Amino acid sequence: MSKTTILEERKDQIHRSGEGAIDIACNRESLAGAVSQRACVFCGSRVVLYPISDALHLVHGPIGCAVYTLDIRGALSSGPELHRLSFSTDLQETDVIFGGEKKLEAALDELIDRHSPKAAFVYSTCIVGIIGDDLEAVCRKMTEKKGIPVLPVMSEGFKGSKRAGYLAACKAMFRLIGTLPTEGISPLSINIFGDFNIAGEIWIIREYFEKMGVQVVANVTGDGRVADIGKCHGAALNLVQCSGATLDLAKMMEEEYGIPYERVSYLGIEDMADSLYKVADFFSDIDPGIVERTQKLVKEELEVLMPELARYRKDLEGKKVAMYVGGSFKAFSLVKAFRHLGMECVMVGSQTGTAEDYAELEQITDPGTVIIDDANPLELSHFIKEKDVDVFVGGVKERPIAFKLGVGFCDHNHERKEALEGFVGMLNFAREIHSSAMSPVWQFVPRRANRIAAEKKEAVNE
Amino acid sequence: MSKVKTKKTVKPNFVSTTNACKLCTPLGASLAFRGIEGAIPFLHGSQGCATYMRRYIISHFREPVDIASSALGEKNAIYGGGPNLKKGMLNVMKKYEPAVIGVATTCLTETIGDDVPMNLKEFKSEFGDLDLPDLVEVSTPSYSGTHIDGWHGAVRSVMEQLCVSKAEDTGRVNILPNMVSCEDVRHLHDICRDFDIEGTILPDISETLDGPALEDYVKIPSGGTPVSEIKEMSGARGTIEFGRCLPPQTGGTSLEKTFGVKNHRIGLPIGLRESDRFFETMEDISGNPMPKRYELERGRLIDAYVDGHKYVFGKRAVVYGEEDLVTGLCAFLSEIGVDVVLAGSGARKRGMEDAIAAVTDGVARMAPEVREGVDFYDISEEAESLRPDLLIGHSKGYRYAKAWNIPLIRVGFPIHDRFGGQRVLHLGYKGALNLFDTIVNAVIEKKQADSSIGYGYI
Repeated sequence: MSKTTILEERKDQIHRSGEGAIDIACNRESLAGAVSQRACVFCGSRVVLYPISDALHLVHGPIGCAVYTLDIRGALSSGPELHRLSFSTDLQETDVIFGGEKKLEAALDELIDRHSPKAAFVYSTCIVGIIGDDLEAVCRKMTEKKGIPVLPVMSEGFKGSKRAGYLAACKAMFRLIGTLPTEGISPLSINIFGDFNIAGEIWIIREYFEKMGVQVVANVTGDGRVADIGKCHGAALNLVQCSGATLDLAKMMEEEYGIPYERVSYLGIEDMADSLYKVADFFSDIDPGIVERTQKLVKEELEVLMPELARYRKDLEGKKVAMYVGGSFKAFSLVKAFRHLGMECVMVGSQTGTAEDYAELEQITDPGTVIIDDANPLELSHFIKEKDVDVFVGGVKERPIAFKLGVGFCDHNHERKEALEGFVGMLNFAREIHSSAMSPVWQFVPRRANRIAAEKKEAVNE
Repeated sequence: MSKVKTKKTVKPNFVSTTNACKLCTPLGASLAFRGIEGAIPFLHGSQGCATYMRRYIISHFREPVDIASSALGEKNAIYGGGPNLKKGMLNVMKKYEPAVIGVATTCLTETIGDDVPMNLKEFKSEFGDLDLPDLVEVSTPSYSGTHIDGWHGAVRSVMEQLCVSKAEDTGRVNILPNMVSCEDVRHLHDICRDFDIEGTILPDISETLDGPALEDYVKIPSGGTPVSEIKEMSGARGTIEFGRCLPPQTGGTSLEKTFGVKNHRIGLPIGLRESDRFFETMEDISGNPMPKRYELERGRLIDAYVDGHKYVFGKRAVVYGEEDLVTGLCAFLSEIGVDVVLAGSGARKRGMEDAIAAVTDGVARMAPEVREGVDFYDISEEAESLRPDLLIGHSKGYRYAKAWNIPLIRVGFPIHDRFGGQRVLHLGYKGALNLFDTIVNAVIEKKQADSSIGYGYI
C-alpha cells in the first residue's frame, strides 16, 4: 500500500473482516483536506425532505445550496411536483450585512401566494447560521399570515455531518405530525419511513402492503404529502428503512404517540420478504389470515423472479463487487443481494455508518473484506485496484472513479432512475449489474487490455 | 442594416429565485484551478460545498473531480477556520503531492472573516522546511456574483500570484479563454499550432477535465497550464482574453498593467464575425497570415450558412446562460437569421445589453429583450408570450423546452442530460459550423416529429 494513500488519522476508519475485533472509528467530522465523499448537514435535511411534493422547499442562503439540488434526484410524485423546483432567497452581500430576514419573509410571501403549497420548509444554510437570522420567528409569523405550516429546518452546513441534517429534518416534520384527525385509519396500518420513491419504488412496496391488506397512511417522505404526515400518528406501525434518515422521527413518534417501529429494507430477496413477514407477524393477532396472504405473495413473486435471476447468475458467478453507500443499512441488503448473483463482496464502505452497523457488516461479509468509513477517492481507487473489482456500486461522485479505472458501475443512490426495490427491483438490479459487468468495453480499458497483452506475451515466451 | 437598439428592461425581478440560471462563485474558481497543471482546488468552508460542487461538475465532465475542503465544523466557524485550512493543506500535500493548491473561500469563511492571505503567509513560514507547492488564493464569497466571477477571479489570482516578474520575450501568445469546453480549448491549441505560435492557454481544462482511460487512478490528472509557462506569461507578445462582459480588472488587464503585455479583449469567438476578430488578432500577434485550413473552414461555414439558411430564418430563440456565452450565441444567431427574442443571464450588471447590441450590429433584424439577474421563472414568464421556436442554453432549461414542445440546443455548462457536454465545440469557424448543424437538424427533427407524414426527404 502506498504510504500516502491512507492518512495516519484515517487508519482507524478502515478495517478488514476477520482480522481481529472490529473497532472502527465513525461518526467523526471529516478530516480537513481528505476529499471526503460526504456532504453536509444541509444536504442531509434536503435529502430527507426533498420528496414531499406538495410542500414548498425554500433554501435560505446564497444560490449555491439551492442550485446544486435543482431537480437532481429521481424521487417521483404521483401528484404535485413542487419538490422538483428549487427555491432560494439568493442572499446578496447587502443581505449578509443587514440580515436576510426581510428578504426571507418577502420570498415566502411571494412563493406561497404563487404556488399555494400545503406547507413550506425553510432550510437554514451555513451563512444564515453565522449572520443569525431568526428563522424560527420568521416562520412563526408566516405560518400565521399564510395559514399553512411554515417550518424552519435548522440545517446549517457546518453544524455536524449529514446525519445531523437527518435529525433536523425529522424535527421539522415532527411538528406536522398530530395536526390532523386520524378517523377512518385501519387498525392494520403502517407508515413507510425512509423511502424516497426513487424511480417509483414506493409504488412497488405499497402494492405489496395493499395485497396483504395493510393500509399505508403516509409515505415519509417518498411521494410524500403534508396532509398524510399530519395524520400519520394514526398508523399502528412505522417501518423505517435507510440508515437512520428517519429513525429519529420514528423514535419521537414512539415516545410521543406510543407507535412502535420496525427496521426494514426493500432491497434484495431476503430483506424484502423479511420486511413483509415482519409486518404480517405484527398484525397476525388482529388478522390471522395475513401471514398466509403474505406467504402467497412472496411465493408468487419468487416464482417469477428466481428463474430469471438464475440466467444472470450464470454470467456473474465469481465476479467481485465493491460498494460505497451513504447509509450502511443499505449495504447489508446489497451484500445479501450479491450472494444471490453469485458475486463476492470485497469492499463495503459508507459515509455515515455507526459502530453497530460496521460490526454487523463484519459479521455478514467474507474474511478479508475491506470495511471503510467516510472514504475518499484515493482510498476507494486504492481498494478497487487491490481487490481487482469487477463492479462498483455507489453514487454519482463514485462513478468516474470506477470508470476511470475501467470498472463497471451501478448507481444505487438518489439520482438513479431505475427502480431497484422489491422483487421486481431485484430483477432490475440483476439486469443492471449484468450490463455493468458483462459489457465488452472492459476488454479495451488499460486495466484489462494491459493484462491480456501481458498474458499473451508470457504465452509466447513459454 | 442599421443598428437596432436593444429593448430596455422594464420588469423588476422577483424577490425569490426559482431554478436559478447561475451557480455559485467557488464553483467557477474550482473549475479554473482544475486547468492548472498539478493543481488541486481547495475550498475553505464546510465539507458540503466541495462535495456538492464535485457532484455537479462530475455529471457534466464525467471525470473524477477531486476538490479538497477544510471541512469546517461548528467550532471552526466560531473560532476561525485558519487551523483547519492549514491542516487540510498539509493532508492534501501528503496525499496528492500537488504543484499548486488553489484555495477559494466560501460564503461561510468570508462571513466569519477568515484572512486567507494571512493564513497562507503563516503556512509558508510555519512549514517553510517542507517542499511547499505554489499557493494561490481567491476570494469567492458566494453571495456576490456568479460562478463566472469565481472563474475570472481565480484566473486573475493565478496570474497575479504566480506571474510575479517580467520574463524575457517568449514569443508566445497568452489566451484567457473564459469558461469554454474542453473541446474548445483543444481547438485553440490547434489554432495556435497552425499559426506557428506557442500559446499559453490559461486555464487549460482540455485534458484535466477530459482525460483518457487509465490503468491507475492518477491523483491529479495530467495536462493543465504548466506553472512554468504561467510564470513566463509576462514575456508574451500579447494576451487575448475572450469576453465582452468581463469585469474591468482581469488577468489580462493586470498583466498589461504590471508587465506591459498588450491585452486584446475580444468577444468569445462564436459565429463568423466574432471568429474573424479572433483570427485577425491571432494574425496580428503571430505576424502570420491565417493558415489555409482556417480559410477553408471559414468558407465551409459560409457555404453551410447558405445551404441551411431557409430552415432557420425567422426562427425565434430564447438564449440563456453565462453572460459572455449568451453574447457570443447572439452574435452567431443573428448571422444566420434567427431572431433572439430573449437573452438572459443570472449575472447582474455585466453590460450584456451593450455587448449584444455591438455583436449583432448590422445583421440582427430585431433587438432581443436582454435580461440580467434572471432565473428560469423569469425566463418562462416572458418566454410564454415570446413564443420561441428554440431554447438555447445548458441542460437546466430542459423542463421548459419540454413544456413548450420546442427543441433545446445544449451548449455551455452544465450539460447533465446529454452525453459529451465537454466535447461540444463552440469556438471558431468549426465551432460555429457545429452549432449551425445542430440547430438546423433540431429544426428539421421538430418538423418531422410534428408532421403526420414524416417526410424522409427534407
